[in-house]
Amino acid sequence: MTVKTLLLNGKPVSAAEDQSLLDLCRENGVRLPTLCHLDGLGDVGACRLCLLEVKGSNKLLPACTTQAQEGMDVTTESDRLRRYRRQIVELLFAERNHVCAICVANGHCELQAVALEVGMDHVRFDYQHPLTEMDATHPRFIVDHSRCILCTRCVRVCDEIEGAHTWDVANRGMAARVITDMAQPWGQSDSCTSCGKCLRVCPTGALFEKERAAVGTRKNRDFLVYIKNAREKKQWSR
Amino acid sequence: MNAESLEQIAQRRQAARDGMKCRVSVCSGLGCESVGGESVLEKIRARMRLQGLADQSEVHLTGCRGLCQRGPIVEVEWGAAAQKQRHLYLDVDEATADRIALSHAATGKAPDDLPSHADNPFFTKQTKIVLANAGEIDPEDIESCIAAGAYSGLEKAITEMKPADVIAEITKSGLRGRGGAGYPTGLKWSTVAKAAGPKKYVVCNGDEGDPGAFMDRSVLEGDPHEVLEGMALAAYAVGAEQGYVYVRAEYPLAIKRLRAAIKQAEKLNLLGTHIFDSAFNFRVDVRTGAGAFVCGEETALIASVEGARGTPRPRPPYPAVSGLWGKPTLINNVETLANVAAIVRKGGDWFASIGTEKSKGTKVFALAGKIKNTGLIEIPMGMTLREIIYDIGGGIPDGKKFKAAQTGGPSGGCIPAQYLDLPVDYESLQQVGTIMGSGGLIVMDEASCMVDVAKFFIEFCREESCGKCIPCRAGTVQIHGILDRIARGLGGIEDLEKLEDLADLLRNTSLCGLGQTAPNPVVSTIRYFRDEYLAHVVDHKCPAGVCTMEGAAAVAPLAAVNG
Amino acid sequence: MTADQLGATTSKAGDKRLKMLDAAMRRQQFQPDALLEVLHSAQELYGFLSTDVLTHIGRSLKVPPSRVYGVATFYNHFSLKPKGEHACTVCMGTACYVKGAGEILGAVRRDLGLSDKKATTDDGKVSVVVARCVGACGIAPAVVFDAEVVGGLAPEAVVARVKGWTR
Repeated sequence: MTVKTLLLNGKPVSAAEDQSLLDLCRENGVRLPTLCHLDGLGDVGACRLCLLEVKGSNKLLPACTTQAQEGMDVTTESDRLRRYRRQIVELLFAERNHVCAICVANGHCELQAVALEVGMDHVRFDYQHPLTEMDATHPRFIVDHSRCILCTRCVRVCDEIEGAHTWDVANRGMAARVITDMAQPWGQSDSCTSCGKCLRVCPTGALFEKERAAVGTRKNRDFLVYIKNAREKKQWSR
Repeated sequence: MNAESLEQIAQRRQAARDGMKCRVSVCSGLGCESVGGESVLEKIRARMRLQGLADQSEVHLTGCRGLCQRGPIVEVEWGAAAQKQRHLYLDVDEATADRIALSHAATGKAPDDLPSHADNPFFTKQTKIVLANAGEIDPEDIESCIAAGAYSGLEKAITEMKPADVIAEITKSGLRGRGGAGYPTGLKWSTVAKAAGPKKYVVCNGDEGDPGAFMDRSVLEGDPHEVLEGMALAAYAVGAEQGYVYVRAEYPLAIKRLRAAIKQAEKLNLLGTHIFDSAFNFRVDVRTGAGAFVCGEETALIASVEGARGTPRPRPPYPAVSGLWGKPTLINNVETLANVAAIVRKGGDWFASIGTEKSKGTKVFALAGKIKNTGLIEIPMGMTLREIIYDIGGGIPDGKKFKAAQTGGPSGGCIPAQYLDLPVDYESLQQVGTIMGSGGLIVMDEASCMVDVAKFFIEFCREESCGKCIPCRAGTVQIHGILDRIARGLGGIEDLEKLEDLADLLRNTSLCGLGQTAPNPVVSTIRYFRDEYLAHVVDHKCPAGVCTMEGAAAVAPLAAVNG
Repeated sequence: MTADQLGATTSKAGDKRLKMLDAAMRRQQFQPDALLEVLHSAQELYGFLSTDVLTHIGRSLKVPPSRVYGVATFYNHFSLKPKGEHACTVCMGTACYVKGAGEILGAVRRDLGLSDKKATTDDGKVSVVVARCVGACGIAPAVVFDAEVVGGLAPEAVVARVKGWTR
């Protein structure tokens, strides 16, 4: 197992084999905003919030999918990185119909948290107001597409952890939507096991329980790492 | 199949040809097809039959001659083996075809009123490597291709060279990726060669999604064996035994010709196992795209071949190390591979003697738009834009003025008149804010509005965005929205700043090349035609008269009220 | 819907098409990787990809239905709705755009009462579709009438030709 040494914001740190830059940052108390990453799920590098500057590369690299390499010189904060992070969150708010005041996840939403973290307090871009729908056909759950940011955590957890692969993404670009089975109403899905994992990993109020619709939802996400450790390492500690 | 038998086929074919009274080749490119190329061919064959020359004449289809505006194009070759003469006819309709055939058959020469166009600068100023066989071969007949040298490069490599030697020749040649990025081909090959095997793949990227580009199409349809041989040489060099040609679904003729060519090559054991009696095995399968521009990106292409949505993956790891099904994969563009056999046959030094210091060889361009001679051309790197547009292209029709030339499609930028004397090569194009791209070269005159052109390209990117990453998915929508408002007369000066900010964001944070280069047309047109943008957002006028500016009328009364 | 039902709901032609689809999948050894090739075959056989066909493919290749749907809707080439008897494809590549493809598209759509949201006429006779580039830039503007590519037509000429289909 080769250990690597590299510079993180000027400070020398050591990294294990296969350790991602994101992992390394967290280990060293360096905060990075993320949305599509979730401990326990495979990384896709889609939200682009965790991009870092690496000396010698003219391209910014996503911390979640980039492995630490010997001799890297990594910078996690700069004016432009801060600007990009803010703009990415602005784009998200303008993309769909995010109305926090009436949302079940208000106050416990990762999108809100990231907005706060990157200092986004207003949106310069034109709101798109797409026609989005809600699907409440499932006996216990609801999906509200107006709040979806296409992070694909639901797709990944259903595929990697539950194994049912009920969720996937249909269409392309701005028309992309998460769908169940043959894009039929969730309540008619044959593959869904109603395990509720997708709800728990969803960063926003897009996926939530009918039961908690009125009182607001709080999501506990460390069940994922718990399951993974139980399955793979036979460890049941929480 | 060994060198001897290959040579025998070539000689037999050549001898048969020499014994013919005449040989007629009819261009089978899409341009000529659509104006009756097939029926012209039939007419000529019929006339030859009538004159009793059916078995003394060879009448066949051939690859794209390039001058699509003047099709159908027919070339007749006649005379004794030592003194073959050629005559190139343009605009050949059925009646003319009959006349031509009759004239050559009966009198042995061309009709007096139909001069040969072989001296047209469109043809004489080009340098053909990739398109060299147009007029020589019948793409549906492997033996005619062998007679023109097909697979002799592969034979030479397998019997006389080691894989490392082949890579050395390619490196020496200076060949760079012709799909747009211009990455050194030899370096890519050597990376894959060094990657841990044993399973590796060679993929030919025939997705050609750039709107306005049809170079790869013409090569696949007109000379499929050139590409297959290039793939086989690549496989030999890097240690692969399986190849895929990924062709977009919109090219059914290319798919058909490729499949037929592969079958013919397999029959002669030029593909398959123990090629040229060696330990080298290589088989090729065709995979069809399904209409997604993003699948021209390497990792998206890989996802597509693996049966998934064509969304790109983070790089590193690069396909050379971990590609198709996690194995080292060499992905090269059609045109890149089409150069390989010639380089192996004639040597890397020969190739490097053409072109400029950092851009060697030739480039095939699809010349289109407001230009007299639209079509396909192949020129040495370093030729100036002026020579391409005026000498080869024939200049701008209807007495209009040149405004800009767009290269690189939706990933590129425009070149204004002040750079007409720019030598066309990778570095020069980058310096003026565009890219070589795959070869689409669109010429625009004063009737084009550059704001409208930028809007056209960003709309394309918005529609083709895969949707995985936020900057591209949401950013292309925003950029298009702003340009749309500007085109409707509802833009303001602050919109230019927003465009520049968004451009910077997409260029630096998008996951793949589509998003990273989507802002290029916008940035490039703002850079060179800022006045035109200002006219739209300040005066609410479109100087070229293209944009509707309907909102301007609504805005004006308000302006009057507010002073 | 079972394979039997899929074959039975349509006519004898349906049985034949289903057999050919199954043969196409068998040729690919029912590999999940071959999903795109199989979707191509299905589209060629049925003209479009219905939910039943997609479900059958998913079951046969052992690919989850949502993934089949996701792949089918990602690519422009696949259509989940039946197309018209005739298809008029207007190329909107750069060369064609510069030579007036926009006007052609507008004219044809207006004449048939179609738009970018509605591609097929109510009687199912004609579909007007946009292609991003058919690679016929030398004869721009290019329009494809069913399988025939024609270049250099004025909007009126294109409208007239399409009208010929509606009679």
